[in-house]
Amino acid sequence: MTEQTHFVDIRHAQKSFGSLEVLKDISLTVERGQIVGIIGSSGSGKSTLLRAINDLDPLTGGEVWLDGVQVNKTLPHRQYEKHINAMRQQVGMVFQHFNLFPHMTARQNVTMAPMMLKGLSQEAADKLAEEQLDKVGMLERIDYYPSQLSGGQKQRVAIARALAMEPKLMLFDEATSALDPELVEEVNMVMKKLAEEHMTMIIVTHEMDFAASVCDRVLFMDKGVVVEEGPPEVLFRNPSKDRTREFLRKHLEGAK
Amino acid sequence: MGLDFSIIPDYLDIILLGVAWTVGITLAAAALSFAGGVVFAVIALYAPWVIRQPFRLIEFVFMGTPLLLQLFLIYFGLVQIGIDLPAFVAGIIGLGLHFAVYNSELIQTSILAVDRGQMEAARTLGLSRGQALRKVVIPQAVRAVVPPIGNNMIALLKDSALVSVIGVSELTLSAQRAIGKTYRPFEFYILAAAFYYVINLCMEWVQRKIERRISISR
Repeated sequence: MTEQTHFVDIRHAQKSFGSLEVLKDISLTVERGQIVGIIGSSGSGKSTLLRAINDLDPLTGGEVWLDGVQVNKTLPHRQYEKHINAMRQQVGMVFQHFNLFPHMTARQNVTMAPMMLKGLSQEAADKLAEEQLDKVGMLERIDYYPSQLSGGQKQRVAIARALAMEPKLMLFDEATSALDPELVEEVNMVMKKLAEEHMTMIIVTHEMDFAASVCDRVLFMDKGVVVEEGPPEVLFRNPSKDRTREFLRKHLEGAK
Repeated sequence: MGLDFSIIPDYLDIILLGVAWTVGITLAAAALSFAGGVVFAVIALYAPWVIRQPFRLIEFVFMGTPLLLQLFLIYFGLVQIGIDLPAFVAGIIGLGLHFAVYNSELIQTSILAVDRGQMEAARTLGLSRGQALRKVVIPQAVRAVVPPIGNNMIALLKDSALVSVIGVSELTLSAQRAIGKTYRPFEFYILAAAFYYVINLCMEWVQRKIERRISISR
């Protein structure tokens, strides 16, 4: 294994479902505090790549490193489970469909993992939940169940739930795609706030404006490869590849 | 010989004792069938092959043979290999395991119906699969399964009459004993039926309470 110095280091990621190749030799590095956006049409492999980072969709080839530790290393099953659970505690993930636990209040959604995995007392966990929910502007709804919340509120609670584990890295898998347009902004605000706090983030998104405003770097993926990457002002204004131009043009038309 | 319900009060103590046994056995067996149902369901869905196979055999035996035979086997059969259970314990185990197998089928279906994203979200936080099942998936599955399990529990109550054949003085056997002394089968069977009906109503009431409680917390 070679020495590595990048915070997130994806090397030659490859993923196939049977004969279908979803990721074709993708390499990507992210430094601490960086915010990287991944754009591309559905089926381009962007979510699969994101989900490979915490091994939710294990790669069929290549390596994922986080802060000097290989995430997808080869270990006997039991040891691997232990290893991956420890890795995942360091990586927060936010899903398109929120995936809040419907039988728990917002508070319980946030406190469950810290209490189970970090041994926090009820009191300490409650304090943590209040802090985190306050941060996403959901303190007033702390004892509401997910069914009593709007989509934007649910997603904010889901972000608080992830933050409560004090992750080093946050992954956003189309966090606003399932929201009604008027609810997108409140979630974007929370993500912007995290950006200001220099949280390292990888954001899969369909929202070019948002990507342009928060990301340090944007990747355009198509058919399992990174077609082009660069700072948002370059990638969005002066893309060098035809496929990127085509995608952005179509996307712009769709947005109208 | 006409009907004469006036003799009932003289034997009411026997009958009420029978009611108590029926309720007790039903509750204990229901608890066992529920806990066993969850365990069987988790084994059926997640355990390695070598553990799954013996449980499939248990499932096959309890679903494919008469409950009466199962009770005989547990009460009379196990003695031969040195396991001498009191009749009521044998009855609870027999009824409990029999219905655990049926509950397991329901719970398996409802575990599989829990959205995949729930397991993913839990795993992403760092929970092991076991922890995720215990805290996230199973609690949701169990909530969804309360109404059909309630139906099974009413069947369990009715089938609890079968433990009378291994000598547990539950409601049906108590009625028979009263009849043995009075030769008044109609009166006492009707009385027993009325008690079964009342217990049934109580169970439905409890079930509705539970359903309402858990539906609020969703």
